[in-house]
Parts: sequence; C-alpha cells; structure tokens
Amino acid sequence: MKPGPLYQRNRDRHPPALTPDYKTSVSRSPQYSMISLETSVSEITGPVFGHNDIDPLDRDLLNNYAKPGENPIGERIILHGRVLDENARPVPNTLVEIWQANAGGRYRHKKDTYLAPIDPNFGGCGRTLTDENGYYYFRTVKPGAYPWRNWVNNWRPAHIHMSIFGTAFAQRLITQCYFEGDPLIAKCPIVKTIPDPDGIDQLIARLDMNATIPLDTIAYKFDVVLRGRRSTLFENRLEGN
Amino acid sequence: MAQDLNYLKETPSQTAGPYVHIGLAPGAAGFDIYERELGWDIAGPNAKGERIRVEGVVIDGMGSPIKDVLLEAWQANADGIYAHPEHEGDVEDGFRGWGRVITDFDTGEWGFDTVKPGPVRLPDGKVSAPHISLWIVARGINIGLQTRLYFEDEEDANAKDPVINLIEWERRRQTLIARKSTRDGETVYRFEVKLQGQDETVFFDI
Ligand SMILES: [Fe+3]
Repeated sequence: MKPGPLYQRNRDRHPPALTPDYKTSVSRSPQYSMISLETSVSEITGPVFGHNDIDPLDRDLLNNYAKPGENPIGERIILHGRVLDENARPVPNTLVEIWQANAGGRYRHKKDTYLAPIDPNFGGCGRTLTDENGYYYFRTVKPGAYPWRNWVNNWRPAHIHMSIFGTAFAQRLITQCYFEGDPLIAKCPIVKTIPDPDGIDQLIARLDMNATIPLDTIAYKFDVVLRGRRSTLFENRLEGN
Repeated sequence: MAQDLNYLKETPSQTAGPYVHIGLAPGAAGFDIYERELGWDIAGPNAKGERIRVEGVVIDGMGSPIKDVLLEAWQANADGIYAHPEHEGDVEDGFRGWGRVITDFDTGEWGFDTVKPGPVRLPDGKVSAPHISLWIVARGINIGLQTRLYFEDEEDANAKDPVINLIEWERRRQTLIARKSTRDGETVYRFEVKLQGQDETVFFDI
C-alpha cells in the first residue's frame, strides 16, 4: 500500500474565513468560493527538517533566552503530547514551533504595548522535532491572559500558538493551545470562530499529573491531529496512464 | 449503533495572530534568539536554473497592504523535482524548495530570492506549469490560505496547466500569474494577493 492523496479537509471542523465577532477577519476573509483541488505532488510533498536545523535547547523556553543562572518568572510547565494523523498514526520527525506571551501576558514584540512588563529572561518562542513516535515536549512558563482590541473589553485566555508541518504542504497547520479550566476560553471571540464545541475541546490541554516533575514543573498534555492520507489500495487510475 | 470508524479529527486551525513573527521568523522580526533561522534560503548555492526574485504584497478588502503577514513558499527545482523522499529524482545539494518570509512592517512588501521552478510531471501524464505554492497566514486569517503563483512568461505551459484550467473565469485565472520585470539585470516577478474584491486571488481548498 502506498500513501495517496490526503483526505478531504473537513472545513466544518475549522473556523470559516468570515467571523464578524473577530473583527479583523471582516476585511481579511476571501469572499469567493475556494477552488477544490485533489492533492497532487505539489501538496503531498513538503519541507523536511532535521536535527541540523535546530538546537536541542530550542525546546526549553525556561532557558533558551534566560541569562545564565536565571529563570523566567511564572508557573513552570511542561507542554507535551503527540502529533498524529487522522488515521491515528504518529507523525515522526516533524517540526513543531511555538510562541507565547510571558507570565504577565506580554509578548516580546515591538507591536505589543501592553503594560505588563517584558521578562528579561523570557524570549517566548521554541521549536522541536517530534521523535520516531510522534512525541514532542517543551518546557516553558504558563502564559498570562492579555487584553486585545476587538470589543472594548476582550481578553485572550492563556494560550500558546503552535505551528506544525507534517509531511505534506497541505497538512500545514497553525493553531492555539488553551489550558483546562480557564474561564476566558468560553468568552473569547477567536476561540468562538470554531463552529464545533468538540473542536474547541480539542484545543484545550489537560493537566497531566503523571508527566509532572515533583517539586519542579507541572505538566499539560496536548495532542495535535493533522490530516490523514488515503492508501492507494483501491487505486482506480493506474499511475503513468 | 454501528461500529466506530476510529478516525481522529483534524485539530482546528486558529489565526496566527499579530505576533506570528516571534515564533516563526524571530530573526526577520529583529529578535535574536536562534542561531539558525529557517526558510531564508530556498534554493541553496548549488541550484541549477534561473535565479529570480519574487516580490509582492497582500491586500485586504479596504485596499490596504497587510503589514503583518507571513508567507511560506514550496516549489520544485529547475528540473521539476521536489526535495521530498516521495518525489522520485534528486535535487541539488542544499536545495530545499521551502521558504518563509514576513512583510515589511511599514510597507507590507515581501520578497524572496529563489530559482525558477521547472514544470512538474504528474502521475496521470499531464504536466503542471512551473509554479510556487504559497501559504498565507496573518491576524484575521482564521485558517492558512493556499494559492499558487504561476509565471507570466510561461504562457503555453499555463494554458495547459490542469489546475489553472479548473478555474472557469479567465479573469480569475489572471490572479495567479506573477508579472515579470527586470531590475538591475535581475528577473523580478511581482505577485499581488488580493483577499477581497473583484480581483480576489484564487485560493484553493486542497
Ligand atoms: Fe497570542
């Protein structure tokens, strides 16, 4: 069996382009229908990354920007999980990148002017490759909630932005990971762009006491599912014909 | 109840937000954290073919350039081969075919240097005209937008391209064609992406 095209993307699972309660989408949402395209070689291939591309320290946000001997302020967490596809197969050696605000809810970005302070020991980005079982982990601090201009008084729930590649360019995905128990999740216009409550649940990391390091770091588990691929078991069109 | 099919469901997309640069292009955003930045060298030093520059803007529904976009490019080499184990054939040492750029924070202009890709042979015997696949994310874009850049000077190949031919309207086909010019002896292709309006760029549900 050879892997074939990707399964059709379930657009009901994703936010539509136009979500007026998230105001910026109004002028940035295409209005014509997309042209549907079965994945061909341009889309079932995608960039390949290796251990030469990154440094093992890149996954440790507690240390990848801190001065020697110092640490960022905030709740120390492990964020870990697996990258799988819709067939429940692990996606090994794939690049996972994250970025986030510091514990006070402030990003290290010149466009972020929120009054919470920059943490001199926290950069706010990390990256890693999944291992042969699709497993990844990061060490970081739990990000703080922050206000944003949408309605007069909107606050983003604590979240970590996550970018995942997979093996095919058409699997490319950016999402956000939220944390179990946060009352701001239900109020967030960006979260609510997702039409399916079950889809929202899929973005909420669970507290994982088993992965916690006693007296050191608390842990959250967050699995990511990328699009799956058909097998060419019942291929009705011979290759090369 | 029938049996469960046991498929998992794809994780829903969320917007990349205004600070995507921190995570995906910290160096380009002026934030010095990684020793090696990813995606700035698409073709590498050994790539065959014509060296080109690709430039453009992404324009919103108000007609303004978007200043916080991140784009990724994916392309074959000059022989039409992708740097991927599932595509038969070899690419030059150092050719990756993948790039990542952010827009200028003041003007919204983006650009990258690469080589012009070759036509790609498809399993059904058809040929795909030279193209670069683009994936566009930004604040206000809820799920990455996928489009393709084709080249103005590949008229014959474009006319036979199976993807271009899926588009019913001639006017919309034109939105995928990058315009060629020369600057200081270098070939520049300009590709303006319009998110809305009569000339809205064709996006693909792939
Ligand atoms: Fe954010």
